[in-house]
Amino acid sequence: MSNITLRVYRGNSSGGQMVSYEVPKAPGMVVLDAIHYIQKNLDTTLACRWNCKAAKCGSCSAEIDGKPRLMCKTSVEDYPEGVITVGPVRAFPILKDLVTDVSWNFRIASKIPPLQVREEAAGKPFVLQQVDVDRVQEFRKCIECFLCQDVCHVIREHNRKDAFFGPRQMVRIAGLEMHPMDDLNRREQLRAEAGVGMCNITKCCTEVCPEHIHITDNAIIPMKERVVDDYFDPVSGLLRTLGVLPKRTKKPFKSVPNEQTVIVGNTTLAAK
Amino acid sequence: MENYDVYEYDVLIIGSGGAGLRAAIAAREAGCKVGVVCKSLLGKAHTVMAEGGVAAALANMTNPDGSKEADSWKVHFVDTMKGGAFLNNWRIVEIFAKEAPQRVLELEQYGAVFDRTPEGLIAERPFGGHKYRRLNHVGDRTGLEIIRTLQDKAVGVGINVHMEVTCTRLLKNADRVVGVLGYYRESGRYIVLKAKAVVLATGGWGRMFKYTSNSWEGTGDGLMMAYEAGAELLDMEMIQFHPTGMVWPPGMRGILVTEGVRGEGGVLRNKKGERFMFNPDYMPPLYKGQFADTEEEGARWLEDKQNNRRPPELLPRDVVARAIYREVEAGNGSEHGGVYLDVTHRGAEYIKRKLPSMYEQFHAMGGVDITKEPMEVYPTIHYTMGGIRVEPESCATTVPGLFAAGEVAAGLHGANRLGGNSLSDIIVFGKRAGEAAAAFAASAKQGEIDDTQIEEEQNYLMSPLLSASGENPYTIHQELQENMQKNAMIARTEAGLLEALEKIQELQKRAEHLHVDGDRFFNPGWHAARDIRFMLKTSEVIVRCALERKESRGAQWRLDYREMDNADWGKKNLIASKQEDRVQITAVPLQEMPEELKKLFEEVK
Ligand SMILES: Cc1cc2nc3c(=O)[nH]c(=O)nc-3n(C[C@H](O)[C@H](O)[C@H](O)COP(=O)(O)OP(=O)(O)OC[C@H]3O[C@@H](n4cnc5c(N)ncnc54)[C@H](O)[C@@H]3O)c2cc1C
Ligand code: SF4
Ligand code: SF4
Ligand code: FES
Repeated sequence: MSNITLRVYRGNSSGGQMVSYEVPKAPGMVVLDAIHYIQKNLDTTLACRWNCKAAKCGSCSAEIDGKPRLMCKTSVEDYPEGVITVGPVRAFPILKDLVTDVSWNFRIASKIPPLQVREEAAGKPFVLQQVDVDRVQEFRKCIECFLCQDVCHVIREHNRKDAFFGPRQMVRIAGLEMHPMDDLNRREQLRAEAGVGMCNITKCCTEVCPEHIHITDNAIIPMKERVVDDYFDPVSGLLRTLGVLPKRTKKPFKSVPNEQTVIVGNTTLAAK
Repeated sequence: MENYDVYEYDVLIIGSGGAGLRAAIAAREAGCKVGVVCKSLLGKAHTVMAEGGVAAALANMTNPDGSKEADSWKVHFVDTMKGGAFLNNWRIVEIFAKEAPQRVLELEQYGAVFDRTPEGLIAERPFGGHKYRRLNHVGDRTGLEIIRTLQDKAVGVGINVHMEVTCTRLLKNADRVVGVLGYYRESGRYIVLKAKAVVLATGGWGRMFKYTSNSWEGTGDGLMMAYEAGAELLDMEMIQFHPTGMVWPPGMRGILVTEGVRGEGGVLRNKKGERFMFNPDYMPPLYKGQFADTEEEGARWLEDKQNNRRPPELLPRDVVARAIYREVEAGNGSEHGGVYLDVTHRGAEYIKRKLPSMYEQFHAMGGVDITKEPMEVYPTIHYTMGGIRVEPESCATTVPGLFAAGEVAAGLHGANRLGGNSLSDIIVFGKRAGEAAAAFAASAKQGEIDDTQIEEEQNYLMSPLLSASGENPYTIHQELQENMQKNAMIARTEAGLLEALEKIQELQKRAEHLHVDGDRFFNPGWHAARDIRFMLKTSEVIVRCALERKESRGAQWRLDYREMDNADWGKKNLIASKQEDRVQITAVPLQEMPEELKKLFEEVK
């Protein structure tokens, strides 16, 4: 069987270059198989992340011919010229080869309180119809591959990690905000530190999501509307006071004690 | 000795799968300072890959006549004992069956969103060996739902997380475990995590076999660290071959096809088109009369579970895996050496809703549309029933200060695990281990760290980098996998096992002289050099126990001892422990089950 050529980024924070490897093609081969072939047979120092090899864990994110994708879900057949370029995702600092420091995502995630169950439902089995949870289940399919974070220009080009949690966390918050049993006013966080306003609906995130989550249409846009509704729309505000629209009764965001979780970083000190 | 970073905790959890995270929540809620350490990123442990569901007798499902299915902890208890061919620790099973429903409902309170029944309750699906519909699920991505829920909850209660740190040695002070040494995968630097109590939740070990559903993490480190520290291991010969792993394409070989496919009505056929599971030769005496006799009855069961018996595709995993093996051996295999699993009759819409990730997995990576054509499947190494011996109530190991929960611990599943029982195992005993570790920590002081142990391990870790030449660890790994696959797989014989042992011993010698290129920065070759030694020792223990147990029971199928020997082997477990440099294997009698539990087997019929 014929060979394919893999051009793989080799390097670290101080620089690197593309290195070419010849890999024998096998039926049904995915890019991750080719990377594993290199590790086992050509260069045991090539670094990459993977776990499930079945598009379920979101570990093997990379940029393949410049496009953010899962290596385990990308067939080498999709590149008929037989030359495939594989590099690390670029929105996060590189550690080595295909491995980047994605710990920011986990730090941000720890600022989002989990489900705060409404008092009347606490400690009892939920009674919820499937139609009431369909939307939330869509958001919960997220495998945290962070490909959407990688492609979002707010993070990638403008590096506004200080002002925007990114599409992944928008999906996370949407799953809580739209959970029928949640009792926390998540809109305060969305508007303030999560920065939902930073998104200008380019939909690039939706395009790359391997779980086909409609990040912009189903999560971000409705949340933007809710936030606007709450804070800037005097008409709905009035209708609410008059009881025409239902009153928002969720608990204030501050009501959740902020327990400190620390994602202890890899040391960046040089090893001897 | 090289310097290392030090962190101190009341309770340290090694592993961030479901068991580790649930333990972390429990220990934190008991007021402890908690550290969690894992080899991958948070949320990527094996738990994320689980598909079919979590088994707990919620009894949510309704019969055609409007009554509820008569499920209860008692039926779950009986099913689990039978599935495990009675090698299980009955007390562990009792606790498990009683507490699983609470733990699942608690997940819902934490934020898990399960599929719903028409009445709005958690939907439960049928699975092999479970008498009633009992697998609470979210499509076929239940593990993702559970790990994400626990991950979000755990970071919500306030813990320290050390991601991408590989632990390689438990540190002891006299008898007691007082911490662990590891290295940062990124930089290769060393880190010591000190703790008053340590919970091991490092999962299973499948990587020593060629075809496995396990990720790179399943190398047996946690198990072997405990063994080295003096812990007793139980039932190590019992390794689950999941009947349905992918066969084709080669890169996907071994990847799991959830039992949920059969739960949703999928049928097995050989190349002649026969539903071979109906062959009476494959029906174990214990289950006679409890399954459909005809394909028609099996088909009716899909719609009416009250008045029909389930199809024999839903026998326990060991039974189905053996049948597939025998079909292929008899020349009835499919094109690529498996059998066919067909669910097309359920219709495209239903399949995509109930089995979306299977649809996607075969579509995107296997080039097969499972709504239109059958899948090819063959048994794959999947789960380890054996592991660290623990106390039923507290999950304490035989080493003070060390607790174990989840797949790394043993006793719940006996000789064969029922599908879905692992996800409930990890939440039930994860919580218990976290609580017991917290209680232990409350009355313990931080122990002294002994630098000679650290230095010894550092030297061991460094040798493949410092050596001028030596073998590539990947070569040894590959030979080990071929060996285990050939000699210690489904069908075992004394001759094969002895051959396996001899090969392992040869590989162990060769593994003393490894060489890897490069430095310590995220260097997979260097990591593999340590992993392979854990895997070799684990394999040795597996093979020695398999040799010892001279009968066929559950996952252990001996061609030279085909019968189940209830009078002798059915009454004892095998325990492995370290004596000097030798693996010592002892048979210990099973504890007698109390009368009130024995009665359940009559009651539940
Ligand atoms: C494909 C697949 C499908 C499955 N489907 C189901 C199902 O439907 N139902 C069911 O009940 N069960 C299922 N199982 C089994 C179930 O998922 C596992 O048994 C269970 O998730 C194990 O959980 P755990 O917490 O014990 O360990 P894991 O989830 O395996 O976690 C182990 C943790 O330990 C860490 N670790 C390991 N070694 C070290 C080390 N040396 N240093 C630091 N950290 C370490 C790892 O990084 C990881 O975080 C499935 C398994 C697989 C592989
Ligand atoms: S739609 Fe918003 S979140 Fe998505 S990529 Fe564009 S700016 Fe980023
Ligand atoms: S939303 Fe989609 S792209 Fe973003 S992290 Fe989740 S799975 Fe990946
Ligand atoms: S390895 Fe899990 S998503 Fe690719």
